[in-house]
Amino acid sequence: MSSKVRVATMWFSGCSGCHMAFLDLDERLIELRELAEIVYSPIVDLKEIPNGIDVALIEGTVNTTEQLEHLREIRRKAKFVVAFGDCAITGNVPSIRNPGPRDEMLQAVYGDGHLPGLKEGVVPAILPDALPLQAYVRVDYYIPGCPPDADRIWKFIVTLIKEGEPRLEGEEIRFG
Amino acid sequence: MITLKLDGQEVQARKGQTILEVAMENGIRIPTLCYLEGLSPKGTCRLCLVEVTNWNGKLVPACVTPVEEGLEVITRSERLDQIRRTILEMLFLERNHICSFCVSNGHCELQDLAVELGMDHVTFPYRYPGLDMDLSHEGFGLDHNRCVVCSRCIRACSEVEGAFTWGFQGRGVGTMVAIDLGVPWGLSETCTSCGKCVQACPTGALFEKGVATAAQLKSPEIIREVTERRPRVF
Ligand code: SF4
Ligand code: SF4
Ligand code: FES
Repeated sequence: MSSKVRVATMWFSGCSGCHMAFLDLDERLIELRELAEIVYSPIVDLKEIPNGIDVALIEGTVNTTEQLEHLREIRRKAKFVVAFGDCAITGNVPSIRNPGPRDEMLQAVYGDGHLPGLKEGVVPAILPDALPLQAYVRVDYYIPGCPPDADRIWKFIVTLIKEGEPRLEGEEIRFG
Repeated sequence: MITLKLDGQEVQARKGQTILEVAMENGIRIPTLCYLEGLSPKGTCRLCLVEVTNWNGKLVPACVTPVEEGLEVITRSERLDQIRRTILEMLFLERNHICSFCVSNGHCELQDLAVELGMDHVTFPYRYPGLDMDLSHEGFGLDHNRCVVCSRCIRACSEVEGAFTWGFQGRGVGTMVAIDLGVPWGLSETCTSCGKCVQACPTGALFEKGVATAAQLKSPEIIREVTERRPRVF
């Protein structure tokens, strides 16, 4: 077994901007390969969430029953769960739907007739509210930002891996 | 002259000054939100709470508490950090502070306080209330989603402009700023369109129409500048 830190990333309901910011690490991604192994991610072709994850970066709000199951599963399998970006921390843009009823929102999107997501089906059911991760599970760390910029993400990862404790401070925790 | 101690340091003050004013004169930063230089202090947000050691550690809002001889005040402690952070979390969860598409993103006093107090998440459940906007005024907009109910707009409008357009409506968590007892802003008969409320507002709740996300820069210091040149209405 390699001694590299096992990192997973996951996206729920967000815009994938946080993952794009992650890719903005650019040449630092090569450096990251020395420190960590990406064991599960939308950019890794793996269906099942593996065991023994050290750090799980999770983007987006918890919006569907399937996402909630995945969140609970990764919480069981990961040492540290990190709320990655404003959606995962505050609800952010996806939470705009929360003040209104779920069926009205689906109707506004799909019109009359079948409303995918209203009930459990091929498409997972939509939860009553789009909520941040800490509404359901214990979250160890937070990376604010919409999206957090690559420097912020890099500092988080490097301090967590090298110093054992992530150290974002001052402007590095600004929302938005 | 009055002598008191701020964080163990002896300082001089004049009678009638508040703890906050003396702290500012001595370069000691106390977080504030509802306080704005030039307006009467109201003491409602409680972010400026400080500890008075020789009053049994009692917590008092620095912006409205007058200094007294021999007072020993603590402005920074773990206990105060904890309390201020909790208050700030309540302000964030009370309405819908979606910074990513707010006109004030990056230039917001509420957001600045989160940075200052190290608040990277809210530990209580969010409320996500359904709230309206008022875009009926030709030059300005009001977004209740971003309002922190600090009353700086109300005081700027009544004390400095003398128009008395703004007020509060409702009670408790349902308190909303209101125009002329509840008409759309554009129909107000008292609003002079001076824009002082917008400049005084610490968040993206009041803004100039047409500004894009993150583009609303404000100059709340104009309230002090105006009152230096022209005494307040009351
Ligand atoms: S007013 Fe706007 S920028 Fe300030 S905290 Fe609220 S949403 Fe964020
Ligand atoms: S509109 Fe702005 S200034 Fe007025 S109470 Fe709300 S946050 Fe304060
Ligand atoms: S600044 Fe003192 S209570 Fe708001």
